[in-house]
Amino acid sequence: MNQIEMNFSAPSTPEQKRDGSRGTDVSGKTVGLFVTCLVDLFRPTVGFAAVKLLEDAGFTLEVPKDQTCCGQPAYNSGDKDDARALAKQVIKAFEGYDYVVAPSGSCAGMIRKHYPSLLADEPQWADRAASVAGKTYELVSFLVDVAGIEGVSSHFTGSVTYHDSCSGLRELGIKDQPRKLLASVPGVDLKEMVDNDVCCGFGGTFSVKYPDISNAIVGKKTDNITKAGAGTLLAGDMGCLMNMAGKLKRDGSAIQVRHIAEVLADMADGPAIGEKSGR
Amino acid sequence: MEIKSRDFKKNASDALADATLQKALKNVEAGFIGKRQASVDALPEFEDLRDLGRDIKTHALKHLDVYLEDYEKKVTASGGHVHWAETAQDACEIVRDICHSVGARTMTKGKSMISEEMQLNAFLEADGMEVTETDLGEYIIQLRGEHPSHIIAPAVHVTKDQVEADFRRAHTNLDPNRNLDDPVTLLGEAREVLREKYFAADVGITGANFLVAESGSSVIVTNEGNGDLTQTLSRVHIVLASIEKVIPTLNDLDVFLRLLARSATGQEQSVYTTLSTGPRRTEDPDGPEEYHVVLLDNGRSEMLGTDFEEMLRCIRCGACINHCPVYHAVGGHAYGWVYPGPMGSVLTPSLVGVDKAGHLPNASTLCGRCESVCPMRIPLPKMLRHWREREYERHLNPTPQRWGLKGWAYFARRPKLYHRTMRIGMRVMKYLAPQTALMRRLPAAGGWTKHREFPAPEGKTFQQMWAEREAERGQTKGDAA
Repeated sequence: MNQIEMNFSAPSTPEQKRDGSRGTDVSGKTVGLFVTCLVDLFRPTVGFAAVKLLEDAGFTLEVPKDQTCCGQPAYNSGDKDDARALAKQVIKAFEGYDYVVAPSGSCAGMIRKHYPSLLADEPQWADRAASVAGKTYELVSFLVDVAGIEGVSSHFTGSVTYHDSCSGLRELGIKDQPRKLLASVPGVDLKEMVDNDVCCGFGGTFSVKYPDISNAIVGKKTDNITKAGAGTLLAGDMGCLMNMAGKLKRDGSAIQVRHIAEVLADMADGPAIGEKSGR
Repeated sequence: MEIKSRDFKKNASDALADATLQKALKNVEAGFIGKRQASVDALPEFEDLRDLGRDIKTHALKHLDVYLEDYEKKVTASGGHVHWAETAQDACEIVRDICHSVGARTMTKGKSMISEEMQLNAFLEADGMEVTETDLGEYIIQLRGEHPSHIIAPAVHVTKDQVEADFRRAHTNLDPNRNLDDPVTLLGEAREVLREKYFAADVGITGANFLVAESGSSVIVTNEGNGDLTQTLSRVHIVLASIEKVIPTLNDLDVFLRLLARSATGQEQSVYTTLSTGPRRTEDPDGPEEYHVVLLDNGRSEMLGTDFEEMLRCIRCGACINHCPVYHAVGGHAYGWVYPGPMGSVLTPSLVGVDKAGHLPNASTLCGRCESVCPMRIPLPKMLRHWREREYERHLNPTPQRWGLKGWAYFARRPKLYHRTMRIGMRVMKYLAPQTALMRRLPAAGGWTKHREFPAPEGKTFQQMWAEREAERGQTKGDAA
């Protein structure tokens, strides 16, 4: 796979980022957080983990209210009108920021890779789409490739296994970045699963339109997760996480499922995905 | 072949419940993926070759008329005949007429996927011809009365035990107590049976992996050598090829051969690569007396200049199929027509119509693994999406899905209303699953909860909590001032 070329210089020293002070090249840079619909609705913790990681890296953060969804469900269902309308909504809400960051490779991939072609035929939108696409990143790859973070100050004790979500991996070249940051957390023992780059069977609406096939695919995935022998499953996309967590829990597995940002931001002490809050 | 793609969902469920099939399908993942990767890793210029292959095919398709006419001239000059067939029916009739003209009664046949498009065997058998498939996989499924479930491994859905049973049933002249435990013994038996067929055949039919315009050659690659025996031992050689197989030069062929074997089976080169240029010349020691090429369109020229033109770059290596998690789960027959997997889900609607292809463009997670291994860099997920757009435009997808999508989009396009509604919605969901944080049943999401729990929301939405945090911060700032 071709690595995505990143034409950004790394900030001077990572330590500056880690202790929260602002490095020279991100001072005054504002990130618009694209929360993603699944994080907004189902797991706000991931949103706050993203906020913490970005603020620790020295960015000023804003969360525009006029955001809902990137439009992927419409786009992948052939409904271009609604996909275009939602793309424009995102572009309007985010074009004023220096960067747009999403805790999801799938949504960031939608904005970065698909908005330009979706709006290519609308002259008044094509440039705006390309501009927003060019500054949109998935959270973990943004921290490593753009902010130049070498490590995070977090604490986590236990073994983890990491699933490479398809869009992040194949549309955005996210593979080493999450592993690099996980390696910087003392106490994290990464146990790779077999076929970590193979789809979990979620596929958005695919999971409800073809439940039996989706189940067969996620079943293979959870077998590999279980065989890896790690206590916690991590990934960078809520859709995949909810799918894998749902399958693991249905099978009675004790493996905890979390978004990687929770571990990196030292916010992994609450209930895992699909686990009881104790309230 | 009758199109059963509309039954995909049922076919898939049957396939998932078929233990023998599931056992056989394990061979796809185990047999192809690692070998391909190893051979690709061993060739540093593989990615450059992919670019080159893509560019050559793109060029050839832009000038398809020119190269096809060049090719025809060269074939004719070498003493062969080119027949143009617009439809599968036309192609069948051309083959039948050639057979009649030479009084042929028996035929051997190398692997040809377009003969499956044409349903050629059934057509010729109805005409009284005896047709024998000579590719081992094709021979097995011919005995079983089935169709290929994979474009390069037609019998990949069959287990060794099933093959043994088929051979015992079909080869009744052999010792019923013979030992067939070893797969090599099965291979030996097939070779012996087929050997007689080659010598007896009046006509040999092969497909073509490539047609070379520069030389008028048809090219086949095989690992069994069956294609060579088929085309050299019979009196008449008929090549079946679809029009997009033409490439400009012999130098170009080198690029494709290096890409094809690695992408297909992880070999550096297939065992046999054979170029056929016209019939036997007077100085040749062997070869057919007549050489015919049937060029089949069957909907392909309609793809030129559309969103689906890039699909015509496909060299039928099967890499997309071998890497597809949906194919791994359900196998090739579930797709309901000739071509399975990602390439089939793009090609089938192109050739038979999206209305008849039903589920195929939707039966993908769009994981993109197919595109990442396609030697021709065909953007398969993008094209599946294009088919979904056509279906949506023509209202071919189910009404509940459309309404569901429209309902969701109505809210998503109105952020204020969306956030207010979702705040309430998530609280209700949270309330419904207070003990376990999981939901066994969820209205309108039975597909999900049939096999999985649905993780309940944390409670408040992020936007709600963020607004609270911002208000608090404003409060603090206000206090400080």
